[in-house]
Amino acid sequence: MILAIASGKGGTGKTTVSVNLARVFGSDVQLLDCDVEEPNAHLFVKGTTINEEAVSIRIPAIDASRCDGCGECSRFCEYHAIISFGATPLVFAEMCHGCGGCALVCPKNAIHEIDKRIGVIETIENGNITLITGRLDIGVAMAPPLIRAVKSRIGSGIPTILDAPPGTSCPVITTIRGTDIVVLVTEPTPFGLHDLGLAVDMVRELGIPFGVVINRAGIGDACVHNYCERERIPLLLEIPDDRRIAEAYSRGSLIVDVLPEYRGFFENLISKIMNLLNEKRS
Amino acid sequence: MKIAFSTSGNDLTSPLDSRFGRAPKFLVYDSDNESFEVVDNQQNMNAAQGAGIQSAENVARMGVNALITGHCGPKAFRVLQAAGIKIFTTDAPTVGEALERFRAGKLTEAKAHDVEGHWA
Repeated sequence: MILAIASGKGGTGKTTVSVNLARVFGSDVQLLDCDVEEPNAHLFVKGTTINEEAVSIRIPAIDASRCDGCGECSRFCEYHAIISFGATPLVFAEMCHGCGGCALVCPKNAIHEIDKRIGVIETIENGNITLITGRLDIGVAMAPPLIRAVKSRIGSGIPTILDAPPGTSCPVITTIRGTDIVVLVTEPTPFGLHDLGLAVDMVRELGIPFGVVINRAGIGDACVHNYCERERIPLLLEIPDDRRIAEAYSRGSLIVDVLPEYRGFFENLISKIMNLLNEKRS
Repeated sequence: MKIAFSTSGNDLTSPLDSRFGRAPKFLVYDSDNESFEVVDNQQNMNAAQGAGIQSAENVARMGVNALITGHCGPKAFRVLQAAGIKIFTTDAPTVGEALERFRAGKLTEAKAHDVEGHWA
């Protein structure tokens, strides 16, 4: 089972849900931090780093002696990563998605590909959790290739939780595509509802079963509850707005470790997720 | 010669936009027949990344010889330079005023980008 924890709005509690869920899972679990622009699951799942490897994408390099400046590469590239004005093209490595198209369309065979490092993947072990975390290098804007590399580490047969980046753009789509179920974390405020709506549209478009977790329940208003009811979206869990949770979070502690009364909340969430999954499968 | 100006308006009295890559429009002035045309740049104004590169490409394809704008970032500068376009930066409030300063020889050619990307 591959489960993604996502949200429209940032700061709603994706990581809080991910790490606590992983801890109470009751078996070995893989936790993938796919928020490679600002990974933070490692602040809660501290342990021994058992592996660290660099990730690269392939970017074009030009052989000027072969290039006749025809500009085919430049016309092909949707991202304007390679620009030609009738002379040897300029390459903007930071814009390149690494598709290799420019090298394929070059009639003079003047383009070959070289590695450009974009980030690292670190594997950390802590109890029942294997945390695989991607970290984009400073100055790199291209998150999806690194997220794909993180996801390629998913071992088969082990339950997997993906902590997604916020929003509804390419990094999020890359994360949740191919997962079995998505949990959308929101807060019960108009802002939370607005971005939840965007996230619901995204998940529906991708055809993945999903449910909602309301974090900081008690603040705001009833708009998210009403929305979920109207849209027939299962509400899987409400986490109360409890100052002690915020304090635990700020210290990098797991709620289920320091506030045992919340263990049941997350165990309950697991069974609701499993039910939802079985419902959709049958 | 053809000179491109970054602007938000439609004629010479319009404000000169201090941004190049994310300028809403370009006014392209042809000094040979003292006429101009205005080209939309909305698409790049809202681009997540690469606005400077695409704006520079657009300006180059219009066959301009010089660009007058407020500031120019590193990627745009590389493309404009490769296309052989001279870059002049100025704090002139309007396109017309910038053109006057250019004609009077008061503008000096930029030899490097003067802002980083996403500065505005």
